[in-house]
Amino acid sequence: MSLEKITSVTGFGVHIPGNDIDTDRIIPARFMKCVTFDGLGEYLFYDVRKHADGTDLPHPLNDSRFKGATVLLSGANFGCGSSREHAPQAIQKYGFKAIIAENFAEIFFGNCTTLGIPCVTASRDDIARMAAAIEKEPQTTIVVDVARQEIRFGTQTVKAPIRETARDGLVNGRWDSIGELLDGMPAAKSTAAKLPYMAA
Amino acid sequence: MSSPKSLFEKVWDAHAVRTLANGQTQLLIGTHLIHEVTSPQAFGMVRDLGLKVAMPHRTFATVDHIVPTDQFAEPYRDPLAQAMMDELRKNCVEFGITFFDRATGKQGIVHIVGPEQGITQPGTTIACGDSHTSTHGAFGAVAFGIGTTQIRDVLATQTMALGKLKVRRINVNGKLRPGVYAKDVILHIIRVLGVNGGTGFAYEYGGDVFDRFTMEERMTVCNMSIEGGARAGYVNPDQTTFDYLKGRPYSPKGAGWDAAVTRWKSFASDPGCHYDDVVTINAADIAPTVTWGINPGQGISINETIPDPAKATAVDEKSSIEEALAYMKLKPGAPIKGTKIDVAFLGSCTNGRLSDFQEVARFVKGKKVAPGVKAIAVPGSQIVALQCEELGIDKVLSEAGFEWRAAGCSMCLAMNPDKLIGDQLCASSSNRNFKGRQGSPTGRTLLMSPLMVAAAAVTGAVADAREVFNVAGVAET
Repeated sequence: MSLEKITSVTGFGVHIPGNDIDTDRIIPARFMKCVTFDGLGEYLFYDVRKHADGTDLPHPLNDSRFKGATVLLSGANFGCGSSREHAPQAIQKYGFKAIIAENFAEIFFGNCTTLGIPCVTASRDDIARMAAAIEKEPQTTIVVDVARQEIRFGTQTVKAPIRETARDGLVNGRWDSIGELLDGMPAAKSTAAKLPYMAA
Repeated sequence: MSSPKSLFEKVWDAHAVRTLANGQTQLLIGTHLIHEVTSPQAFGMVRDLGLKVAMPHRTFATVDHIVPTDQFAEPYRDPLAQAMMDELRKNCVEFGITFFDRATGKQGIVHIVGPEQGITQPGTTIACGDSHTSTHGAFGAVAFGIGTTQIRDVLATQTMALGKLKVRRINVNGKLRPGVYAKDVILHIIRVLGVNGGTGFAYEYGGDVFDRFTMEERMTVCNMSIEGGARAGYVNPDQTTFDYLKGRPYSPKGAGWDAAVTRWKSFASDPGCHYDDVVTINAADIAPTVTWGINPGQGISINETIPDPAKATAVDEKSSIEEALAYMKLKPGAPIKGTKIDVAFLGSCTNGRLSDFQEVARFVKGKKVAPGVKAIAVPGSQIVALQCEELGIDKVLSEAGFEWRAAGCSMCLAMNPDKLIGDQLCASSSNRNFKGRQGSPTGRTLLMSPLMVAAAAVTGAVADAREVFNVAGVAET
């Protein structure tokens, strides 16, 4: 299986401020009553973006200045809570290609990486500076350079570390490991053979 | 003799297949549990890739999130729920997977069914597309919540790609005070270490309190490891573990039992093994705990007041308190005790087991749910329901004014008809108090132990269960 080598993502950004933004907020549970991931994009952040009657609440994603943004910026512990892949799926289907946060919840980070969405970290001050730049000029181009672990915006360059296994997977086009896992099946079977509880 | 190792390392080493190109480990997943919400897309991916389920005998299915707790007959009123049910049934038949469907009498919340059936065993790796999979760590298993693409990986290869976690040992020493439960222990741990304090770690729980804990209490704590950011949490297996597992449907039998116990014991952490971090908590410092905010780390003891953002020491803390209070409509500086509630929910994979209902029934017998409070009691599995019914617990709760329901996730996450309405405030024995978690975008959740939920139900407001039920004065039964 050949996958795209995701060495960098270039686009406009939108800042969704706050820490501990959980996956229930990213995609409320009622929208998970589905047997495919199609159409989840429109429910992204639904309950903080819409009134009960479907009209808009004030939210960065409802701000026309940030339409078309492909880089999502947020705070600490982004994606905490449920393991639902519906959350990164909704983010991706909405049009985002990269996420910048102070840090990420573990399961969410893994789910994003497997979908080819780079989750890079940046310091609080750097995120604040990027947010200020976007607020001033929404058409600021943000380059999330996964390979070099840095973010460039305007004239500035800031550090953007990402876990090495994820960086390696993204830049080398092996972020979805199914092919490799299948290759390892003979080895997996011999490991299983040593474990009595796995006997058929 | 090899160097001492933690249980996590031993289980990891026994299941590590090989190192992948990106440096992650291809890890064998001995036991795979699935449910209707996160699996259909994974089966779709398996089909699209022209693959098969590699080891169908190591995957077990149940249905929990979407099942109505007040309707047994199909079709369900919600066609989307019915579609998910049908899809799971179809997938299990097509791929030859054991399905604990409602008609088997063994259906329930996936994290209750696994242990109940003896599928959850020490020294094993377990994965499930559900973050509360950490529950199974109570048996000395290493259990991970995974996403749907990883479910595909486990279905197709019985393995997944994963980086090794660090291990933090959390000792809770001494004795818990009366009226303080496993739920309070984990809420306290999360409050102390933070909702992301566990990122990158597996939590190994131990010390006097865990040595004495029953399996059900250990499950309550391990269940909420993920709320502290830890992807896995576990307790070393001991006699309590083996006693629980003996005689269960999937437990080893006959001579195989003794061999299994010997093997299981060998997985326990060795004395002197390396931990990446050690935290020690004094059990006597833990009080009945209630959350006031919008994440499980925002908890206080029942006698404390709601935090005041004006007194916050960090900018971050100030803004998160403000955000939480604005959503929760609670007053800074006010006591949490006395906060009026609208709904009381007993159940979930955290606190939906026999002992949870037993403890509540012991104290609410003869009392009544306060007027205006909707109270529901939802057993975590059909077997828990039956056990409660055999003991008359359902009657005690019903007479007190709780609605006794059928098994499922119910109001923990509201993917079924059990939901909060508007900005109702719910005293809940579940695990998450996120914005909108219980089904209403403005609904409010206060997490607490089952007995604290019962105290809130009978008084109509957040209360100290120790006072309401004279806990210290009621002899242990």
